[in-house]
Amino acid sequence: MVRSSGMLGEDGIHVDMNHLKTGEVNMAITFCDGVILGADSRTTTGAYIANRVTDKLTQVHDTIWCCRSGSAADTQAVADIVSYHLGLYGVMHEEGPTTQTAAGLFQELCYDNKDRLSAGMIIAGYDQRNGGNVYSIPLGGSLHKQPYAIGGSGSTYIYGYCDSYWKEGMSEEEGIGFVKGALREAIKWDGSSGGVIRLVVLTNKGAVRHLYLPDQGYKGPGKGA
Amino acid sequence: MTSIGTGYDLQNSVFSPDGRNFQVEYAVKAVENGGTCIGIRCKNGIILATEKIITSKLLRPGANRRIATVDRNIGVVSAGLVPDGRHFVSRARDEASSWRSTYKAPIPVKALAGRLGSYVQAYTLYSSVRPFGITAIVGGWDTDAETKVDGQVGIGPAVGSGGKVDGAKKGGPGLYMIEPSGLYWGYYGAATGKGRQAAKAELEKLDLSSGTLELEAGVMEAARIIYVAHEDSKDKDFELEMSWVSSVDGPTKGRHEQVPSSLLEEAERRAKKAMEGEDEETGSGEGEKMEE
Repeated sequence: MVRSSGMLGEDGIHVDMNHLKTGEVNMAITFCDGVILGADSRTTTGAYIANRVTDKLTQVHDTIWCCRSGSAADTQAVADIVSYHLGLYGVMHEEGPTTQTAAGLFQELCYDNKDRLSAGMIIAGYDQRNGGNVYSIPLGGSLHKQPYAIGGSGSTYIYGYCDSYWKEGMSEEEGIGFVKGALREAIKWDGSSGGVIRLVVLTNKGAVRHLYLPDQGYKGPGKGA
Repeated sequence: MTSIGTGYDLQNSVFSPDGRNFQVEYAVKAVENGGTCIGIRCKNGIILATEKIITSKLLRPGANRRIATVDRNIGVVSAGLVPDGRHFVSRARDEASSWRSTYKAPIPVKALAGRLGSYVQAYTLYSSVRPFGITAIVGGWDTDAETKVDGQVGIGPAVGSGGKVDGAKKGGPGLYMIEPSGLYWGYYGAATGKGRQAAKAELEKLDLSSGTLELEAGVMEAARIIYVAHEDSKDKDFELEMSWVSSVDGPTKGRHEQVPSSLLEEAERRAKKAMEGEDEETGSGEGEKMEE
């Protein structure tokens, strides 16, 4: 650790430590108007919580976002590269990149460098043509298109919850309730998940962030926070 | 036009005092002598057609095709120096494949035209190379179906994808023509080569901008236009070559393919008949009697 400025950047994610692990639980779902991404906010180095308010929901284009889990450094680097490519694509072509484009770029990076990366990504995005879409790229670099995806160590605790409560074409309110409920369970049972719940809702209207704090019983402050 | 002129025509990339680049203009001359090529942008697809002049009776009919497939959904045809055309196609294939490896999806026709335009333009800049002696027509169909990412595992969920907007832009036909200068435009109907003037006149009659011409009708028109454009070089034998691309629910299922021989023969038969009709009544030239 050479960096003297401590661990946090202003945005709370740019942490530079060896083997910082992020994304102990995160997920993304499709709903009637688009997609919702959600994640806890814990970053750990071993038993130490290096950051309790991490933002694991990372924007790679206007309405294409990803949930990062695994090594903080690896996943940030991968997201930065994809963000660069999508930005370039956006200015060079009239039609912006689609979620598929982003998923393809993520997969290429994750598969080609599978031996060197520890990165589990969920890509979720909205575009007018394809609506909301969710892709999951687990450790080996395979690509899976799913109606919803869960990831991170904490996700093992919520397979049953998600399977029971998942519905096709939920309303925004139902979708937020589903994601928040699932993440609460993961945080409750998984030791390495915790902190606040962050959500991003991606629809035709753009991206809206939500924040839910543990000391308010994960009820608020909510939208736009 | 004598070559012992000012000397501004001897080297690529050199401007004449009045702002012309002679080497590029000479390349255009090479194109103007090439076999006529046309492209038509129809409602539900693209048609490419060319007049392949038979240079020897020893050439096997149907061999040595001039229309090339660049990606599954894109075709290229060019007028001018044939080897330059082949090199151009090879570059186009490289571009299509490089796009696929980066974005895991087929290259949009517009993007391919842009990249090829840049490539051709670069050949007007350096003294070590000469400009392309071709004008190429690039035509294809950008899929309007929901696309999979190349390499995606499984077919994905049957549900999800909420929030689609009705009428959001979705693929469609693309037709571009790239000249030796690197200039390219998108067209409803494109023509180049020896018979381009006659072909353009015919294309303009089709009201292509309304986007109502059906693919099959377009095939008939394309064949006829090539025959009309061939009128001025009647002494030479030629072969008609045609390809088409439709949407996934059209006859080619989104692929660039040769027009099937049965349809090609039918189109040729009608084209010949139309030409005979013209000869009888007015003795060639304009005239718009043409039965469907």
